[in-house]
Amino acid sequence: MSAIYILWLREMKRYSRSRVQLVASFGQPMLYLLVLGFGLGPVFQRAGNGSYLQFVAPGVIGMTVLFSSIFSGLALLFDRQFGFLKETLVAPVPRLQIMAGRTLGGATVAVIQGLLVSLICVIAGFRPVHLATAPLALAFMMLIAVVFCALGVAIGSSLQDMQGFQLIMNFMVMPIFFLSGALFPLSGLPKVLALATAIDPLSYGIDGMRAVLLGVTHFGAVADAVVLAAVGAVLLVLGAYRFSKIEI
Amino acid sequence: MIRVRNLVKSFGSFTAVNDVSFDVAEGEIFAFLGPNGAGKTTTIKMLTTLLKPTSGGIELDGLDPQTKQNEARKRFGIVFQDPSLDIELSAAENMEIHGVLYHVPRAQRRQRSEELLKLFELWDRRREPVKKFSGGMKRRLEIARGFLHTPKILFLDEPTLGLDPQSRNQLWSHVKKVNEAERVTVFLTTHYMDEADRVAHRVGVIDHGKLVAQGTPTEIKQQTGKESLEEAFLVLTGSTIREESAGSSDQLRQFARMWSKR
Repeated sequence: MSAIYILWLREMKRYSRSRVQLVASFGQPMLYLLVLGFGLGPVFQRAGNGSYLQFVAPGVIGMTVLFSSIFSGLALLFDRQFGFLKETLVAPVPRLQIMAGRTLGGATVAVIQGLLVSLICVIAGFRPVHLATAPLALAFMMLIAVVFCALGVAIGSSLQDMQGFQLIMNFMVMPIFFLSGALFPLSGLPKVLALATAIDPLSYGIDGMRAVLLGVTHFGAVADAVVLAAVGAVLLVLGAYRFSKIEI
Repeated sequence: MIRVRNLVKSFGSFTAVNDVSFDVAEGEIFAFLGPNGAGKTTTIKMLTTLLKPTSGGIELDGLDPQTKQNEARKRFGIVFQDPSLDIELSAAENMEIHGVLYHVPRAQRRQRSEELLKLFELWDRRREPVKKFSGGMKRRLEIARGFLHTPKILFLDEPTLGLDPQSRNQLWSHVKKVNEAERVTVFLTTHYMDEADRVAHRVGVIDHGKLVAQGTPTEIKQQTGKESLEEAFLVLTGSTIREESAGSSDQLRQFARMWSKR
């Protein structure tokens, strides 16, 4: 257990010391929130869907958790490059614990990032409709974080170097974000798009957050939580398996 | 303590380690010598569970590092040839993580960490992030960290690379000390033949993945009829310079260096 704790602590220390990175990581969410939030607002309103800022805020929070989680998994590649990965891989600790420590650390960072962006959303004018269920949004952030940290570790363990990084970003992370309904409502979509959004795990995370924050939902909050937990469990097993197979 | 039988590792059509067999007895200091790209590091990686052998058998303290990975890992400590520190963390934090990962009890962790950081003259700068350290300091920290727990077998992969003579001396006297006082078996590689001659009980010479000679330094010298181990080494391995292809991690490191200079 102490191994899990010390590796979790390592992630916390690295996070708290990388101020520049911390500030930089807010750039994209701010753009989506402020530019799209206010820019698309009038159109959205005219279509009879209410405030776009209200609608997009949970999407932007979900996006922040997604990016942060995937990056923490891909940070494996940096550790491989700078050699620290070797140090943990030869230690007399089961690799499952090494993976657990990293994943928990990455997930914690992702949730903190999500909370900070939530705060920015509130400052920008976002108001949760259901204050009583709003704290449940934290649970959904945690689920999203676990799902994508595990996915990140699975990918990070399978790549040899950073060359695959752009590929992963453009053909996996960005589609996951755009197909999640973070930016548009999931109802009334063309069939193909509806199918694509339904197999995107992030859809359920963002839908869950909208359910508890705004009281609007496409799949239902319970279904959201169940799907995320199931996908998370599968990806954790996959991530642990891939991690146990790393050779240097 | 270490038993290697007909060890083979191939990467595609390239055979890095080709049918290598040797034994290292408990309490022995064994130096593994060979030109660049001869297969030294690949052998160490297989011994330390980082790579799977293509064929052949390994025993560490009677354990197969393939099937009993964790048990085997408890038996050894390693100082890698290339960096393995977390450069964002401080020297003390790197020591702490290592101590926890190797199950060194807290009190002992603190005490040994202090002794070692003082021995390798890093104590005054223990709270600074490692990225501010010079190459030599990082190297010293890696070595200090390697001694934090007391393993049965210590692997040192070119530990003196980039160290000044003072630190080199410090290192070898410390290696001898733990070897004599705690009966630690030491498996090391180096390019400095005088070091091998001075420290090692026995040496093995590897070239193109094959073990071409093994024995005490005196035996090797007698075999080749040379005065020094360096001359004997050149007789055994020839004097052509080896080309080493840069692995993907080296390319990556170069790439990172390119960017960090901006």
